[in-house]
Amino acid sequence: MASAPSKLYSDDVSLVVVLLDTNPFFWSSSSLSFSQFLTHLNQVVVIATGYNSCDYVYDSSSTGNQSVGNGRMPSLCATLLQNLEEFMNKDEQLGKQEPEGRIACSLLSGSLSMALCYIQRVFRSGLLHPQPRILCLQGSPDGPEQYVAIMNAIFSAQRSMVPIDSCYLGAQNSAFLQQASYITGGVHHKPQQLDGLFQYLLTIFGTDLHSRNFLQLPKPVGVDFRASCFCHKNTIDMGYICSVCLSIYCKHLKKCSTCGSVFGQAQTQSDEPSATNRKRKTTDA
Amino acid sequence: MKNSERSRLNGEAEEEDDEEENLNGGLEAWERSYADDRSWEALQEDESGFLRPIDNSAIYHAQYRRRLRGRSLTAATARIQKGLIRYLYIVIDLSRAAAEMDFRPSRMAVVAKQVEAFVREFFYQNPLSQIGLVTVKDGVANCLTDLGGSPESHIKALMGKLGCSGDSSIQNALDLVHGLLNQIPSYGHREVLILYSALSTCDPGDIMETIQKCKESKIRCSVIGLSAEMFICKHLCQETGGTYSVALDESHSKELILEHAPPPPAIAEFAIASLIKMGFPQRAGEGSISICSCHKEVKVGVGYTCPRCKARVCELPTECRICGLQLVSSPHLARSYHHLFPIAPFDEATPSRLNDLHNISRSTCFGCQQSLLASGNKAGLCVACPKCKKHFCLECDIYIHESLHNCPGCESLRQSNPVVANEG
Repeated sequence: MASAPSKLYSDDVSLVVVLLDTNPFFWSSSSLSFSQFLTHLNQVVVIATGYNSCDYVYDSSSTGNQSVGNGRMPSLCATLLQNLEEFMNKDEQLGKQEPEGRIACSLLSGSLSMALCYIQRVFRSGLLHPQPRILCLQGSPDGPEQYVAIMNAIFSAQRSMVPIDSCYLGAQNSAFLQQASYITGGVHHKPQQLDGLFQYLLTIFGTDLHSRNFLQLPKPVGVDFRASCFCHKNTIDMGYICSVCLSIYCKHLKKCSTCGSVFGQAQTQSDEPSATNRKRKTTDA
Repeated sequence: MKNSERSRLNGEAEEEDDEEENLNGGLEAWERSYADDRSWEALQEDESGFLRPIDNSAIYHAQYRRRLRGRSLTAATARIQKGLIRYLYIVIDLSRAAAEMDFRPSRMAVVAKQVEAFVREFFYQNPLSQIGLVTVKDGVANCLTDLGGSPESHIKALMGKLGCSGDSSIQNALDLVHGLLNQIPSYGHREVLILYSALSTCDPGDIMETIQKCKESKIRCSVIGLSAEMFICKHLCQETGGTYSVALDESHSKELILEHAPPPPAIAEFAIASLIKMGFPQRAGEGSISICSCHKEVKVGVGYTCPRCKARVCELPTECRICGLQLVSSPHLARSYHHLFPIAPFDEATPSRLNDLHNISRSTCFGCQQSLLASGNKAGLCVACPKCKKHFCLECDIYIHESLHNCPGCESLRQSNPVVANEG
């Protein structure tokens, strides 16, 4: 995406905020490759998306992490891995719930929100600031209860012109990440061979925004913006929308199950969307 | 002689200068900026008598909190229904008062620019709503653009030549808008926003009757005055449930206009709840060639296909021209969800409590990791979420409530009961 004329970007300097999915129920290996993106100018901030919590794991611009001398690369990796290790331990202690059945989702909405707050801080830091973008390394599936929060984060990123790239490593498709990358102008990719993950990351996600105009990057194919109905969770082409709460139904109903409004008559003020009735939908690809 | 010649020559030059100066009120251009802008008001004296600029961030934050408190007082703890499908008419007063130059270059030009910004913001926040423009000139109200859901046609009309002359008439404007709004579907919320520059209104009949008619048709009228407060505008807004505000200067008027972009609290009896049939088109296949129904041109690849009649449209949201089906995509609906599930305002954290807990977690903002300690290791101003108790800095507070609509702290905690999902 082109940078807005009102914001001054320094062309050579980028800021990548990496959201690393650390859901222990999914990960069996960790990747070291993103530390290779660091140069002395570019900044990297890593936020871990855990199962029970999210936290900042690494910030290349904070003074504690800038090392001098020859031991540059190894010390960066060491700090990162150490912080990651501490985070995983803390995360595990926060809750002992085991998910039933399939792999549970991680808290992507939390880490996206934290990344956007950090990027706003970077915008405030002065006239010339690095071009920020967000890279999500995600393996866990989408959590339908996070739909509203993730869409809020996506629209806020679109407003601030921050592209969200996503690299999805799980089994099925992630509709949330596909939509996120499409709406904000980022790149979405699902690598076919996980052995070559470093190569995918370097060639697709490692380039800065200005160079992307000259590269052939994976195009968005099959991003499905159809909605799912609230009653059956089927993807529908045509549906009925409640004019009060914008819930989607596939057939005509007398009463909206989300907000309780009776259709065809003026409703009274006492009907409010109740939390237990609120069903969030997923948009399936 | 030479002196007198020189003085005569100088005198002629000075005369010309004098004429120019008299036109400009006797001031140089750089002096005028001080006379008009009053830049000394941006300075303050601190305790030791030194001058320093006013701390804008604290003032900005105080204004923001006041705005938030005003909004949340009406909302209280319950979630208030908001009118999400809005049909709004903007009435622009183009009487001779709009040519006044107290807003530079003229009131009309400033209003046109601000309405353009408002239209974009409005469609961003309310993708399913429609806007129409009405102008009042020489006492007659004319429809500038019809109700439409795309910002481009309205902005093009605003950029055209808009002369201003004559008197302004509130009654004629309300009559016209009343007739136009009677044709919209019953589930829509009817609103009028009047941008009024004049200090009088020339009406052909009894304006109180017109106000009563608007009240019965459930049209919510709001007025933004650009000169001074008028009783009739106040009465109109009180009767119909709108808001009346008067702008102090250009930036204030922009703020007042943009306050009308988010959906107002709905008065329940005003709109009838109904199920609206909408279509969710798929993107047309890459490389498919067809003639789009909006521009009547051949398009390759981009565009969407109406699910009912398979016509091609270029952008969403729109109404299919062939079969009349409303076409939207799910992000458009998702854009309005944060109005239905707003997050609670953050509480101000008292500095004494912050000093007691010298945890690392309390000394940095949870969202952006900025240090919350002011100079000298004292506790600076910060806020905390009432639900997750995490601390945030002032700028993150503003960003979270105005743009993001998610609390990072609440989103980063796994809820024990997934049904009562993250609300803030």
